[in-house]
Amino acid sequence: MTHPPYLSPGYRSTILRAPARPPVAFRTDPDAIELTGPVFGHHEVGSLDADLTRQHAGEPLGERISVTGRILDSAGKPIRGTLVELWQANAAGRYAHERDQHPAPLDPNFTGAGRCLTDEDGRYRFVTIKPGAYPWRNHHNAWRPAHLHFSVFGRAFTERLVTQMYFPGDPLMPFDPILQSIPDEAARQRLVSAFSMELTEPEWSLGYSFDIVLGRTPTESS
Amino acid sequence: MNPTPSQTVGPFFSHALPYPHDWELVPAGHAGAIMLTGRVLDGAGEPVPDALLELWLGRTGDRGALLRGDGEVSGFGRCATAPDGSFRFRTVRPEGAYLSLQVFARGLLRSLLTRVYLEDRPDPLLDGLEPERRGTLIATGSGDRYRFDVRLQGDGETVFLDF
Ligand SMILES: [Fe+2]
Repeated sequence: MTHPPYLSPGYRSTILRAPARPPVAFRTDPDAIELTGPVFGHHEVGSLDADLTRQHAGEPLGERISVTGRILDSAGKPIRGTLVELWQANAAGRYAHERDQHPAPLDPNFTGAGRCLTDEDGRYRFVTIKPGAYPWRNHHNAWRPAHLHFSVFGRAFTERLVTQMYFPGDPLMPFDPILQSIPDEAARQRLVSAFSMELTEPEWSLGYSFDIVLGRTPTESS
Repeated sequence: MNPTPSQTVGPFFSHALPYPHDWELVPAGHAGAIMLTGRVLDGAGEPVPDALLELWLGRTGDRGALLRGDGEVSGFGRCATAPDGSFRFRTVRPEGAYLSLQVFARGLLRSLLTRVYLEDRPDPLLDGLEPERRGTLIATGSGDRYRFDVRLQGDGETVFLDF
């Protein structure tokens, strides 16, 4: 099983939000609108939107990184021109969000939001800083491992995916009820990016790679 | 290939995912526009103030999905819920029987996919549901105002699709 179950009591917020009834089988006609999705124009995404270090007058604090990978369908084919959105905490583990109460400093040079369209190979690329771990109130001494939030559209509304990317070797991963909500260890590992010396730029930034494979819609044959 | 697992959208997306006019699939004053409003409620009947809803009409249209241009209709809209759990979309009627609605929230480890039918009618999906659940997919209202509540859990739980 790839996805976490909706009800995962270790992550407390699921208890009153997970549907109690099973989802209804989606045996539908080929004209079902869920089998299509929005198309985004290149003019809708700015060329600097994928560089989170250049959105303010100065450079943000933190470890500069690049993150790149391909968006693939379940057959391994690249998905071109699809929208990828990314958001994250700053290097101190604080979000530029009014309701984040973590007493860590905001960075006036970092908002932590970016987006881009995939290229002809289905590839996206972001330049940003490595986010810090941050505490949350799920349980005593709860800390989220460092992570980037990703949102991907794909070609169909049924392919829509929101997920989180983690960093290799993060000691907080075994303690995180959100990552651990995924029952299968191999599936959890698919959310951990790979450090890449090849993608690392001398005197400039560390490189990470992270591919995203979208699910098969239930009406496709398996 | 093995798919990438889903994770929750979390509580902190409102500095990143909402964008100007995101809830307006059509501009104000558009002929035939309808307002679709409602609330997202949890299993205790409490409003969910940190959900993100996406509405899909089934065609991309000419207004732009992210950068609302001079066109008249976009197929895509997005709306973060207000502190009272409410959301709104200005849209047109779908060409078919329903609009597609996807729900993201803190506490949802994967998004939920459902449908908004503007009227009850014979339909392959609706007709396969238990009669008491059918109504959860049918918006109330008429003319240019419709209401659709999303109940994540418990009494009147909305029908969600297996996708
Ligand atoms: Fe987060």
